Order: sequence, then C-alpha cells, then structure tokens
Amino acid sequence: MWKNTFFLFFILSACAEELCKPDASNGYKVRLSLKTALGDDAYTWNKNEMFLFQSTLAFAMRTSHTGQSYEISNIVVCNETDRVSFWFVVTSPGNPTELVENYIVEEAIRKSRHRINSAFLLTDKTLEFVGILPTLATPVSYDTPPWLIVFGVLMGIIVAGIIVLLASSIVKRKRKTRRTDEEEADEETRVKTMDNGVYNMSFSVEDKLTQM
Amino acid sequence: MSTTKEKERPKWDNKVQYLLTCIGFAVGLGNVWRFPYLCQIYGGGAFLIPYLIALVFQGLPLLYLELAIGQRLRQGSIGAWNCISPMLGGIGIASMVVSFLVSIFYNTILAWVLWYFFNSFQEPLPWSSCPLNVNSTGYNHECEVSTPVNYFWYRETLNITADIETSGSLRWWIILCQGTSWCIVYICFIKGIESMGKAVYVTTTFPSLVLTIFLTRALTLPGATDGLVYLFSPDWEILKNPKVWLDAATQIFFSLSVGFGGLIAFSSYNVEKNNCERDTLLVGIINSATSLYASISIFSILGFKAKNNYNSCVSQNIISLTNHFDIADQNITLDNYMDWVDYLNQTSPSDVASLDLRTCDLNTFLDQSASGTGLAFIVFTEAVIEMPGSQVWAVLFFIMLFSLGLSSMFGNIGGVLTPIQDLKLVPSWLPDEVVTAIVCLISFLIAIIFGMGSGNYWVEVFNSYVGSVPLLIIAFMEIIGVVYIRGLKTFKEDVFYMTGKTPNIFWVSCWMVISPVMLFVVLIAYVIIQAQEHPMYPAWNPDYELFPQTETKPYPNWVFAIIILLSTVPVLPIVLVPLYKLIRYGRTGAPAEANPTPYFNEGFEIETQGTRN
Repeated sequence: MWKNTFFLFFILSACAEELCKPDASNGYKVRLSLKTALGDDAYTWNKNEMFLFQSTLAFAMRTSHTGQSYEISNIVVCNETDRVSFWFVVTSPGNPTELVENYIVEEAIRKSRHRINSAFLLTDKTLEFVGILPTLATPVSYDTPPWLIVFGVLMGIIVAGIIVLLASSIVKRKRKTRRTDEEEADEETRVKTMDNGVYNMSFSVEDKLTQM
Repeated sequence: MSTTKEKERPKWDNKVQYLLTCIGFAVGLGNVWRFPYLCQIYGGGAFLIPYLIALVFQGLPLLYLELAIGQRLRQGSIGAWNCISPMLGGIGIASMVVSFLVSIFYNTILAWVLWYFFNSFQEPLPWSSCPLNVNSTGYNHECEVSTPVNYFWYRETLNITADIETSGSLRWWIILCQGTSWCIVYICFIKGIESMGKAVYVTTTFPSLVLTIFLTRALTLPGATDGLVYLFSPDWEILKNPKVWLDAATQIFFSLSVGFGGLIAFSSYNVEKNNCERDTLLVGIINSATSLYASISIFSILGFKAKNNYNSCVSQNIISLTNHFDIADQNITLDNYMDWVDYLNQTSPSDVASLDLRTCDLNTFLDQSASGTGLAFIVFTEAVIEMPGSQVWAVLFFIMLFSLGLSSMFGNIGGVLTPIQDLKLVPSWLPDEVVTAIVCLISFLIAIIFGMGSGNYWVEVFNSYVGSVPLLIIAFMEIIGVVYIRGLKTFKEDVFYMTGKTPNIFWVSCWMVISPVMLFVVLIAYVIIQAQEHPMYPAWNPDYELFPQTETKPYPNWVFAIIILLSTVPVLPIVLVPLYKLIRYGRTGAPAEANPTPYFNEGFEIETQGTRN
C-alpha cells in the first residue's frame, strides 16, 4: 500500500512538473527584487520563503474563487533562478492535473495584490507578476486646489496693503491741505508763478524771518 | 491771489536705494535664463571674452550716458530728450512706448512664475507625475509621450493651442495670476519711488541669496561638478564665428536695460552732484557678475539633473539585462555596468542586441539645455523634483525668479510713469496713486490677450520683436543725439558739473566712435539675420508626427504684419517728432526755451571749467 502511495505521489509530482514550465499556457512568471526594495534589510530567498509564497497565493485563490478550497500543493512552482524569479501554475483542487484558467488566477492576484505584497514587504514594482499590470494609484485629489488657497492668502495680503497705503496717503493729504490753508494766510513774499513763467530755483524763497 | 506750488521732485532716501534700483532693473530674468545658455552653446569660458569686450566698449559707455543725462536734466525720458534738443523729443516717446509694451508681456511671464509658485505648495509636486487618463487604465497619452514637466507646462499651465492662429478661450487661472502680479507691481509703486525704494531692498538682494543657497546645495549633490566643468571648459574655436560676437553684444545690451528710459527716470531723482561714473561701473560690473554667478548656480543644478538622467538611463538598461538573463538582483550596479555589458556581449551577443539597450552618454544629457521659459519651467522644475525637499527648492526658485522680474518691472513702469508725471500729461487734480492705478489697470486689460490659449506664442512675438530692434535704434539715436547734437563739449561740462571731473579719454573715445560704430554694426547685423528668412516659431502640437518635438511653423501673414508694426511703430516718433516740429515752427526753429525747467532756464549760467577764468 505504501508503495502505491509513493508511486501515486511520484506520478502526481511528475505530472505537476510537466504542468509547470516556462511559458506555460496558464502560468505566470514572478520576479522579486529584494535588494532593490529592502537594501541591507533584504532577507535571503529560501524554501521557507517559497512556502510562504505558495500559501499566500493559495489564500488569494481561496478569497477570489469562492467555494474552492485551494491547498499549497495546488500552487506549483518551477524554474527558480538567482534573480529571484520563477514560474508558477495553479492546479484545480478537484483535479490536480487540470490547470486553473489564467484569468481566474489573474483576478485573484489583482484582488489580493496588496496582501501578497505586504507578506513579503515588497511593492508592486519589486514583486512583479509578469503580464499582470498593477492598478495605477489614483492621484491625490483635493476639494479646493491648493494653489487657490495660496492665491487667496497672497491676494488678501496685497489688497489689505493697498487699502492701508491709500488710506494713509489720503489722511496725509487732508492734513497737508489743512496746514497749507493756514500757511497761505501769511504768504506775501513767495515768488508768484504765472502762466508762462517758471518757478525759478536760482533764487531761494524769502525766509519767513525777513517778513516785514 | 492764488498761488500754485511746484511739487518738489521726489528723491531717493539714500544712495543705496538708487543703486539697488538700477542694479535690480539691469539684473533680470535674462541674467538667469539667457546668459548661462549662451555661455554653454558658445564654448563656455571662451564666451566671456566677447561678452566682456562688449561690456567695456558698448555697455558701460551707454549706461554712463543714460545715467548722466537723467541726473543732469532731472526729467524722465521725454523731458530729458526735449531738453537736449526739441528735435530729439521723439526718442523719449519711443522709449516710453517700448517700456509700456515690454512691461505688458514681461508681467505675463511673472504671472506664469506666480502660478508655479502657487503650485509648489503641494505634495507631491504636480509636475512630478502624469495624471491618469479618462478610463483610469493608464496615464494621459499626451503626458506619457512627452514628460510630466512638459505636460504640466504646456497643458495644465498654458493649455496651449496648436498654433498661433487658434486663439482658444481665456485661461482664467492665468488671468488671476496676471491680476495678482499687477497688484504686486502696483503696491510697490503706489507711492512712486518712496515705496519702490523700500521694495528694492528685498527684490534686489533676495535673488543673490537664493542663488547662493542653490549653489551650496547643488555642490553637495552628485554631478554638480560635471555640469560646471562642461559649462566652463572653453572652446576657443568658437570665437571665429561672428554670431558669437553678435550674441554677446546683444546680450550685454539687453541685459543692461538701456533705451527703456527707466535708467534716465531713476537717475533724475538723484541729487545733482553725484558721481555717476562710479555708479555706472558699479551697476555694470554687478550686472555681469550676477550673470556669471547665476550661471554657476544654474549649471551645478543642471549638472546634477544630467547625472540623474544618465543614472536612470543606465538603470533602465540594468533592469533589462537583469530580467533577461535572470542575474541576481543588484549584481549589476552603476559602477560595474560596463564590465557586465562586455562580459554578456562576449557570451551571448545576440541576446544583448535583442534587448535594444539605450546608449547613455552623460554629455548628451548635459547638452540638453534650454533658455528662457524652457529653462525655468521645464528643465529646472525637473531637476527640483529629484532634489530631496522639492517643495522648498521650488518655492525658493520661483520667489527668486519673481523678485528678479519684479525689480526689472519697476524700471519699465518707471519709464512709463515718470514722463507722464513730468510732462503733466494728466490733470493735476488726479493724485499720483490714481495715475499709477490707471496705468496698471490699462496694462492688465491689454495683457489679457496673453491669457488666451495662444498667449505663449504672442509673448514670444513681443519678446523677439518689441524688445530688440527698437531698443537698438533708440540707443543708437541716444548716443548720436548726445554726442553730436547736444555736443560732446557740453556733455563733458555737464559731467564736470555733476562729478567734479571731466570724463577721461576712454569714455570720450567710446562715446564718439567705438560705441556708435559697435551699435550700428550690431543693429545692421541683427536686422539682416532676422530678415534672412521668414520668421518661424516652435509650436506644441500633440497631433504632430514627431511629437513630442515642437513643430516649427511659419508665422501667418497677419501675424507677420503685426510683427512689422511692433518693430517700427515704437521708433516712428523718432522720425515724426522732428518732422512735426519743422512743419510747425518752420525754418526759424522752435522758440529757444519751449520747455523751460526749474533747472534749465536763463536764470543764471552754470560755472564750468571754461567760464572759471
């Protein structure tokens, strides 16, 4: 009996290896850039990490393809390189020789992309599923554009400044006309200007002290 | 009996204000975004030779002339030229018209700077990434094909039309910025030189401070020294090209802002006995020194940007190689990239060839320079994104550009307002503040045409044709007018009266021969080069086959007619005024003291060297 079990297991894994090969019809290539993402804190890729990958992907398949209970053995991996990159295919839980369609796999990955990324501390760029484009991040949008706020502040300051300066010059002008009206009362010796004449700077104005 | 009082002529609080105003007028946007570009394309350090020669033999004498006549005659441009000779009054009118037209489009450029300034208070900066397209499936197509900075400038700022004939609608956000810009000019000029003199303490000194900060920062970034070496490595062969000399002469001429009448206006508010020779040397030398300093700052930043672009180019190749050959992540680095390429070329050349790697050459990236708005709004904004703390650098940069432009605007507005006030062209019951407001309002309303979709094209038209040939003609007429019509002897006496010494042989020879000849040659050469081919302009057309390159289109005939008008109408007064005077007064000439001024009448004679005995 044990022999049969081992034989079956051997056949199954052989079949599984047949199913997973580079450019497999329903398979995807995965590429990880650990050093780019984490620098010195990068962990080494080993069998345990691969186990985590298979389990995360099984989780993604379970979440998306409801009703099916995927196991880790349903995620078949092959062609691991130093890059770190590898190919994987997903087999159906009911029939281990049958591959799940790639659009189902793609949808599962898209739905749980963030969870998969987080499990490995990576991002959309450093954990690539070749062929599955990440959904673009929506750009930040504001209710009031920030530039309008800055504009409003600046215009407020300027208009306030203009009003203050104009008001101060009006006040100064009123004060001056009041003072000159008083001065004109005792004006006798100032050089009078005429239409064609010119206020001549050659002579200085008679000092008030010399008034007779 | 009623008396009318003469308003005492306003004057500067102190000498520093006057110098800062003149320096601020001379130092403008061109120092930052035209001179470094010229330096780069004309052989780096070698360009300094024609530039300095033009400064010494053409720029400084013209500057001295304008400052001297303004200070002596104590009138704005129109009054001053009427004093020198009634036939030359047209020069003043021409200066005023040119100042007015230039201030309109120059303020539009300041409005664009303000727009970028407003937009710098966001995280992330809006020109750092492309917006999504309508379906959110990808990025906006126009932005993807060009770059995010190009897209932000051409589409989100200008929303530019494909050619100058399509006017497009008014871009309300640009009009808002123009309004703000004119309000800032108004508030600085509200009390004439009283308020402006205080504003220049900030607007003239701030740019130098910012340039220093940028330089210090840039020198700590990688690639800065590459940019500087590239900028200043001299290529002596270039001096054989006459275009270099022409561009050096025009650059120094436009840089010093002579011919606008602004310098005459500012020096007319000086005390009479002031050493204008020393002022000339100060203003001229500081202007050129600022140009040089700005180019050092700008090019260290551009060197950083080129290095960054080079690194991205190589990194892209590295990713292609790493992914194709499944080499371990980060095994190929920027340093050992070339070794890896050689090794892979030996082992599997066909694979490497199939990858179509980009050729990355640092010099190609350093060559991607630009001048004018392209430098400020495209190249520099791209560099700023890559610096840590981008918002701070963007804000600093745009405030600096705004200060530079604002201090130049003061000169332009001064060239318009001072003649108006001197000649009492407006009724005297209108206070000065209201006159200034009316001028600013009229300019703003006319400037709305630059807020249309084709506004950028029109700014280029005005920039190339109003601010060039008319100024050269005005300056040439100025020097001929003073030296040959007023007479060099009288002028030397004026200078003696003001400074206490007569100008030396250098100045005299420049005024009499060298500068007029140089100006004349520059003018003729400039007109010939402009007239050689039908003028073209670069248009941003997304439907162009070679997009994102700009499409070079010829100006349509009606625009060409406007160009001719813009070049000739400002200088028409120079010809029309003497004609009018001749017709009016006939051969007897105008009455001797047609325009007496408080300082120039038959009251008494000024003691000069000749009359001392």
